[in-house]
Amino acid sequence: MDSKPSISDETVARRRPRSPNIQIYRPQLTSVLSIANRVTGVVLSLGAVGLVIWLTAASMGPRAYGAVHSVGASWGGRIVLFGFTFAFFLHLCGGIRHLVWDTVHGFELRAIYISGWAVVAGSVALTVAAWTVGLLLAG
Amino acid sequence: MRSPLARAEGLGSAKGGVKHWWAERVSAVALVPLTVWFLGSVIAHAGGDYDAAVTWLRTPLASLAMIVLLLALFHHTALGLQVVIEDYVHSDAKFAALFAVRLGCLALASAGIVATLRITFSR
Repeated sequence: MDSKPSISDETVARRRPRSPNIQIYRPQLTSVLSIANRVTGVVLSLGAVGLVIWLTAASMGPRAYGAVHSVGASWGGRIVLFGFTFAFFLHLCGGIRHLVWDTVHGFELRAIYISGWAVVAGSVALTVAAWTVGLLLAG
Repeated sequence: MRSPLARAEGLGSAKGGVKHWWAERVSAVALVPLTVWFLGSVIAHAGGDYDAAVTWLRTPLASLAMIVLLLALFHHTALGLQVVIEDYVHSDAKFAALFAVRLGCLALASAGIVATLRITFSR
């Protein structure tokens, strides 16, 4: 009886570290953008729920639409929408980068970093441009 | 007391990877123009009221594009969240999470399409 291991095989399996052990690596543009693409994807899933809420409110009439619209137009709502806009452009640009990679182009280290910084710069510029035009048109 | 087959089932390749990979790419390519169109339209209508939004949404092109957007968006969302769950959830909650994501995306896409059609055909 005493020769039996005290902890089950399942417990040992759970304690074993899982790959990739990202905490032991220094963050690099490549890994950070890879993680960012996944995080923004999850964030945008919530944005998609917001789209359906907005559409449903619009289908219900002016009162429901006004209620949803006032939440979005509040300062808190605007900050969230700004975050969604940046997440959208980062995921869009990162996604286009992935589609280019799917054609077996741009895998050299230099090209990887050029496209990576282009994604960062493009996302920031497009987010600022979208909000500048939007706020100007809103008056 | 598990048979060798029971130990192996559910592990390794599910032989469905290529289909998943292609569906993710096809929906991604469709979403590039659709999401840019949507964001551009929202910006163009920034500051507009309910009437402006509904007048825009009920035009044939806008309602068609919105429905295709909803289909591509929630298909892409379901595929993406499925991979995230498969990567990080290893407990019994995995099946429930996959089920909830797939059903939730189907329900949200349907709700969005119903809302769009109600706007399009309302008087």
